[in-house]
Amino acid sequence: MKRLIVSPPPHIRARLSSDIIMLSVILALLPATGWGVYVFGLHALEVILVSIAFALLSEVLGCKLAGIRPDISAALTGLLLALCLPPSVPLWLPAVGSTFAILAGKIAFGGTGKNLFNPALVGRAFLALSWPALVAPAAWPAPLQTTSSATPLNVWWHEGVQAWPVWDMFWGYRPGCIGEISPFLLLVGALPLICLKIIDWRIPLSYLGTVGLLALALDEPVIFHLLAGGLFLGAFFMATDYVTSPVTPRGKLVFGAGCGVLTMIIRKFGSLPEGVCYSILVMNAFVPLIERVTKPRVYGKA
Amino acid sequence: MPRFRGGVHPPESKLTAHLAIKPAPLPKRVVIPLRQHIGAPCEPTVRVGERVKTGQKIGDSSAKVSSPVHSSITGTVSSISPALSPAGVTVNCITIEGDGTDKHVRLPRLSPDAPRELLLERIREAGIVGMGGAGFPTHVKLNPPKPVDTLIVNGVECEPFITCDHRLMVEHCEHILEGAKIVARILGVERVIIAIEDNKPDAIERMRREAEGFARVVPLKTRYPRGDERHLIKSLLGKEVPAGGLPFDVGVVVQNVATLKAIRDAVLEGKPLIERVVTVTGDVSEPGNFLVRIGTPISELLKLCGGGEPAKLIAGGPMMGVALPADAPIVKTTGNVLVMREVREEEERPCIRCGRCVDVCPMGLMPTLLAKLVRASKWEECLKNDILSCDECGCCAYICPSRLPLVQLMRTGKAKAMALLKR
Repeated sequence: MKRLIVSPPPHIRARLSSDIIMLSVILALLPATGWGVYVFGLHALEVILVSIAFALLSEVLGCKLAGIRPDISAALTGLLLALCLPPSVPLWLPAVGSTFAILAGKIAFGGTGKNLFNPALVGRAFLALSWPALVAPAAWPAPLQTTSSATPLNVWWHEGVQAWPVWDMFWGYRPGCIGEISPFLLLVGALPLICLKIIDWRIPLSYLGTVGLLALALDEPVIFHLLAGGLFLGAFFMATDYVTSPVTPRGKLVFGAGCGVLTMIIRKFGSLPEGVCYSILVMNAFVPLIERVTKPRVYGKA
Repeated sequence: MPRFRGGVHPPESKLTAHLAIKPAPLPKRVVIPLRQHIGAPCEPTVRVGERVKTGQKIGDSSAKVSSPVHSSITGTVSSISPALSPAGVTVNCITIEGDGTDKHVRLPRLSPDAPRELLLERIREAGIVGMGGAGFPTHVKLNPPKPVDTLIVNGVECEPFITCDHRLMVEHCEHILEGAKIVARILGVERVIIAIEDNKPDAIERMRREAEGFARVVPLKTRYPRGDERHLIKSLLGKEVPAGGLPFDVGVVVQNVATLKAIRDAVLEGKPLIERVVTVTGDVSEPGNFLVRIGTPISELLKLCGGGEPAKLIAGGPMMGVALPADAPIVKTTGNVLVMREVREEEERPCIRCGRCVDVCPMGLMPTLLAKLVRASKWEECLKNDILSCDECGCCAYICPSRLPLVQLMRTGKAKAMALLKR
């Protein structure tokens, strides 16, 4: 008889692999991405493609330098970064941003799985600090129109009024970043992944729930705050990044709540109208501490 | 209904659930390991060249936790030497060349109402150990240092592929119940619960009919590793066995259905444990359930199932079984032989901290954290994070999308952490 293989158990493995997970998240973002391209035109598509291309390029070069294996998650980072940029940015901006996101946000920490902060948000924060007028312009292209205006959150922040009907904000008829404007289409992508347990329900639920409750407590319009800015994109696709969020079930609830509190603090009391990006980055830093205090109870121990 | 934490549900793959148990042909040669149980190994009580009969005791030990072994065929002892046992360790084994006559020796029959001590001594003498896989000597388990009030009959069989207990429940239900009654008497318990997963409706129905008035049959949702006694107790009673403790600490004894049948055979028929039902399954043309003499080489069983060239042979189920060479023998704890024709070992990728291992761990551990600690040789930290509570059920490694060798890492970590504790 030929030689037999001897290896430790288990001898069967579930089918789901890391690559399939990354690809499925990219797929889930496609409805919102498509809508962004449809309403803002071809330039938005160019921003997305440049961002992904430079993310992949930096991944390949960076991994070569670091001696590690490149993987498909870089494409997701590039896509996410583009989705949280305004549709009007010059093409060099996503190129610089996604290069920074991958090299400084991920490879510098040791590559996939080792980074403390969400790389796409690291890229966005870097761009926002370096070129604030490009990342947070005064005038944003309006969807399906050649005119431009401020975003709903900007108008609310400066003038204290809700200038858009709630349903327009839900479907995606309002100015904003390429991928953030349609909570409806973000949900269309995210819900199947929640059902498949690829996205854990705890973080988006506690994030949105906390924002809603705080808006109520601060006497702010609740639905408006939920639909405005990048909250849906952040709650379903940024805060849920596996690497940079807690692995413990209770930790996920705490993390989402923390993101919600910070988002509302920044929106209400900060010097910026929007706080999703920085809230998540700040909470990323607390993940090890959150995990430490939210370990599951061990069987048979008090 | 209480639940246990986590767990997984791999494809059930019970290919042989409908196939009646067939006796395997008498093997020409058997290899009987002197340790098929948890505890001290036996010393041989026969010499090379000596003639032995089927059922004759050939190894025993005076240690408290041990269990004698018996010849499973009639013939001549040809060697006593170390060989690989299906537990994956090298132990002294007695090889017997059969003469084909199969002359049985039996112990005297006992009444099920015999005194408790006599029954326990018989269970020891017959070499009965936990046949669900653990192999803990049954006479020790049935003599707990604390009073118990509940006997759980374990017919869960939660590992994929395996159907030996399922067939036993369908075909020998009344024997299992006779065994359960003997055990209930030994333990002095009133409450008997029979636990069966809901993927075995015929066994549930049969048991319900036969156990009327004696035991309650509880169907449980199919989920691995529910058959582990700790999780079974949690599922049925909502109680947790304290860490480092045993089921009797919460007043429970759990017995596998095959063990109960063996107890019945030993008491009522005077028959030592010389054969068991083994499922041979997986990538074979004719899988089946066979009544197999202990010590039969696995290669003999493969011939019954259509032969072929396996790539990997596993004693036990796919989740916790041990990969073996083909000349390894069937032992008291081998309920299943899984044949795999193709083995695709996937490359390990970096952990992406998805947390699935934490979600599925039935013990409430954090395998991703422990894996990092083991790789960093931080044994003290491993202890603090309860690595010793790991049962090696394999749920974490099964679910891991990055294919980390988590069970292997846990084993290393447990061994090192134990060494640290002892120092």
